[in-house]
Amino acid sequence: MLHITVLVPFLLALMIALLRGRMARLHRGWLVLAGPLALFIYFLTRIPVIKGGDSGYETVSWIPSLGINLVFHLDGLSLLFTLLITGMGMLVIFYSIYYLDKRKEELTPFYVYLLIFMGAMLGVVLSDNLMVLYGFWELTSVSSFLLIAYWHRRQKSRYGALKSMLITVFGGLAMFAGFLMLYGMTGTFSIREIWSQAGDISGQPLFIPSMILILLGAFTKSAQFPFHIWLPDAMEAPTPVSAYLHSATMVKAGLYLVARFSPVFAGQHEWFWIVSGVGLITLIYGSIQAMKQTDLKALLAYSTISQLGLIMGLLGMGSAASFYTGEEAVFFTAATTAALFHLINHAIFKGSLFMVVGIVDHETNTRDLRKLGGLVSLMPVTFTVALIGSFSMAGLPPFAGFLSKEMFFTAVLNIRQLDILSPQSFFTIFPVLAWIASIFTFAYSMIMVFHTFFGKYQPEKLDKKPHEAPFGLLLPPILLALLAVITGLFPNILSKTLIVPGMNAIHPQLAASSPFYVNIYFWHGFTAEVWMTLGVILLGIVVYRVYGRLSLVDKEWRSGYTLNQVYDGSIRLVERVSRSVTGLYMTGSMRHYLMYIFTLIIVVVGGSLLYADGITFGQGQYAPVTFFEVVAVLVMLTGALAIPFAKSRIAAILLTGMVGYMVTLLFILFRAPDLALTQMIVEVVSVTLFLLCFRHLPRLKREKVKFRVKIPKLIIAVGFGATMTLVALAALGSSPFESISSYYVENSYTLGGGKNIVNVLLVDFRGFDTMFEITVLGLASLAIYSMIKLQLEPGSKPDLVRDVPDDNKPRYARSNDVLLQSVAKVAFVIIITFSVYLFFAGHNHPGGGFIGALMAAAGLVLLSIAFGTEFVEKVLPVDYRKLIAAGISIAFLTGIGSFVFDVPFLTQTFGYFELPVMGKTELTTATLFDLGVYLSVIGVTMNIIFTIGRDN
Amino acid sequence: MEILIALAIGVLFTVGVYLVLSKSLLRILLGTTLLTHGVHLLLLTMAGLKTGASPLLGEKADSYVDPLPQALILTSIVISFGVSAFFIVLAYRAYRSAGMDDVEGSKGERP
Repeated sequence: MLHITVLVPFLLALMIALLRGRMARLHRGWLVLAGPLALFIYFLTRIPVIKGGDSGYETVSWIPSLGINLVFHLDGLSLLFTLLITGMGMLVIFYSIYYLDKRKEELTPFYVYLLIFMGAMLGVVLSDNLMVLYGFWELTSVSSFLLIAYWHRRQKSRYGALKSMLITVFGGLAMFAGFLMLYGMTGTFSIREIWSQAGDISGQPLFIPSMILILLGAFTKSAQFPFHIWLPDAMEAPTPVSAYLHSATMVKAGLYLVARFSPVFAGQHEWFWIVSGVGLITLIYGSIQAMKQTDLKALLAYSTISQLGLIMGLLGMGSAASFYTGEEAVFFTAATTAALFHLINHAIFKGSLFMVVGIVDHETNTRDLRKLGGLVSLMPVTFTVALIGSFSMAGLPPFAGFLSKEMFFTAVLNIRQLDILSPQSFFTIFPVLAWIASIFTFAYSMIMVFHTFFGKYQPEKLDKKPHEAPFGLLLPPILLALLAVITGLFPNILSKTLIVPGMNAIHPQLAASSPFYVNIYFWHGFTAEVWMTLGVILLGIVVYRVYGRLSLVDKEWRSGYTLNQVYDGSIRLVERVSRSVTGLYMTGSMRHYLMYIFTLIIVVVGGSLLYADGITFGQGQYAPVTFFEVVAVLVMLTGALAIPFAKSRIAAILLTGMVGYMVTLLFILFRAPDLALTQMIVEVVSVTLFLLCFRHLPRLKREKVKFRVKIPKLIIAVGFGATMTLVALAALGSSPFESISSYYVENSYTLGGGKNIVNVLLVDFRGFDTMFEITVLGLASLAIYSMIKLQLEPGSKPDLVRDVPDDNKPRYARSNDVLLQSVAKVAFVIIITFSVYLFFAGHNHPGGGFIGALMAAAGLVLLSIAFGTEFVEKVLPVDYRKLIAAGISIAFLTGIGSFVFDVPFLTQTFGYFELPVMGKTELTTATLFDLGVYLSVIGVTMNIIFTIGRDN
Repeated sequence: MEILIALAIGVLFTVGVYLVLSKSLLRILLGTTLLTHGVHLLLLTMAGLKTGASPLLGEKADSYVDPLPQALILTSIVISFGVSAFFIVLAYRAYRSAGMDDVEGSKGERP
């Protein structure tokens, strides 16, 4: 069931998003409202169950192998928060229906974000699994970011959104690290199981770090000093969002986290000092800052910071109970009671005040205290609500805020009895701080209500004439104000239903020994708390009067911005540093990127070859060195070394060709006839191609490279060469594996039916390779074809260039050399015959599909050079692109043919047949496959050559 | 012999990398060609040189050189032919469209 409650808001969000433009006349808010309403009612019905005891855990497996499952659990603390989330959510959505105009605003994203937030927040307070909790926690940050930036065209909205995101996500990550440390210590992500181990792990070295990291998450989320700076800027969000996320729910997630982890960490001195200390500092800092604000929402933001600090401080003081047992422990839990009670009260009165400010903003178009005044006669209902809200905030009877403030005073007075941490006299500072902060709280509450609604009405400063808000805007704050009165008069409605179950969750050990009994009532007699309250009221009025007399309200305060400057400065610094660091290496020059790659290879490969164990360079026996080989190598190296110095393109190309031919020679010398044949023909075709393409280009410019640039190039080049030499030598050394080559030598004839092992390897053992190889070749040639044919001009649409009419078709470079023409005719016939021979002989002798095809292509190229492409195309009207397709298809079909005989893809077979002319002949399916290779390679080569030739 | 070839491979790679790091497209192309030659010789040398007869069973020899690197090299030769043909045409088109064959001139936006 709990899973469904978390899912409901997400499903609603999906529904709203899918609706898009449909039912545009219906305000999206009405569709959404039902969700939180139903959830609120559901959680209300759970109250009796939770009061009676545990509700149990509900588990849905997610990643069980890592111990991450969707375990949801509803206890007193979660219940209180779920009611806050759904109840406030309901009111805020109702309010937003009247606040956001469906004609002017983008409502779908607004409600989608709001619902995502609601679901995520429910997930946070219901999860028992830390990783799930973390996920939902970050999702609340993200949805808060989106909602603050709702009016994303405003620069300030974006600034505020980013700030809140950076700070809360920073805290979230710290918390994540804390969770992982807890996991490391306990071996579980379940909060419940961590509780049970709390006593065992408290001595471990990571215990305190994990506590501090988790607190960082809580403090950033709950806007505690000094991380509070994001909250005032978050006020750029629409007011319903401020009321909901940034006062009632999301900012309280930090309080929830502290309360949730109290059973683990309470009892640690550090926990007590950090939580209560930070809380009290935030309380007094926030209340002083609130005095300085001229914007109503900013005033409320600082007030929220201050009140969150108050609750945080109370939770810290409540943890003092863990130092004691029995009666004394219960004595200190008064702070926890006050914390939970004030948590509810704060949501109620702050929610109503935010809505009031929204109304004022809506009606006057300003929130500036310097422009506002005298609205009481124009907006009496709004004024009444504001009065109740701010009196409750100030802590005046008979409102609930009075009660929680009394309890707060009790708690700070009680803490003086804490005798185990430090001299008791020190704790006197707690009530003093609390008392001073309360005076400021009283004063800014008065400023807020009286400066807005009394004083001089200044219509000239307002854009529009204000009047009372529509009923829809008034209803939610009125309901909240009523609640503030009711809970003030009958506080015990809350004490048994929500506060006691909540305390049971925060102090499980105490609750087990003696059930909590909370009875909140108004009059205790003339106790210290009453005198403190009277003092607050008297001094608060004095401060307020002095403030008004000195016109301090109108003053622009310049102080208090230093923390923001730190934030802005560090953001700028990070941006600048990362930009300059990135600029150092992301130069936009491809040569630099290549250099990084080469350097990495040198370091990784070369380094590991030199320093890794078990690598030997070279072997004992080497092949003898012969004269021819040395000459071939020397010529090859001379050619290679000359290329960088070549002055013209032709020279450079020919030198490269020379290197190629020397490699061919080496192939022959090293007993690789197939390679030699292939390399030789490829060299012919490539050089032709090079010359075809580059004969139109301008002379090769001498590269004017500065010495400074040349040196690193040279170092990298030499380093790379040396690395490859090392690789070659290492490969010759001892190998940990046995070579698989002997298998091929032994089985080439028996399994493949061929005596040319290399060819059998290509068409049979590694036929799959070959099939993809011709596919790649086909793709390359088609890419070339489209590069030439699709004349992509910048800015124009790709358009197939129509074929030029025949009569002025540009001519292929055509020779008039009669000698060449007559030789070519004869040579062509010889070459083609040789090609066919190579193809058929390939299986047993040097040759094969590749070589034969390249040979045939070379013949065609010769013919084209001698007679021109037109002639060749006329004599051999072949569409070479179709030839490629045919070739690949034949090869593929041969492979598929294996299935007919129920053997794996590309299994070749062979047999001997008596043929009429040729006698006993061996026929293999591999020949058929090779035919595919043959045809496609001819197609590829001729397609490339003719495409370029025709373009010239 | 193997050591000599290993050194030659080093030189081929050195020149190849040096050319690949140039500005001119043509030099880069020639550089890749040299790198390919280097790789082929490297593959061949790895198995040891002249350890037997050509890998043709018709030779009826006692031992043959390792046929596997040869098959790999043969595949590589043909593939690199396709790739360099593609590069050549790319360079050619770049020159026709942009009027230059300088890689640095056509570099993208600086980040």
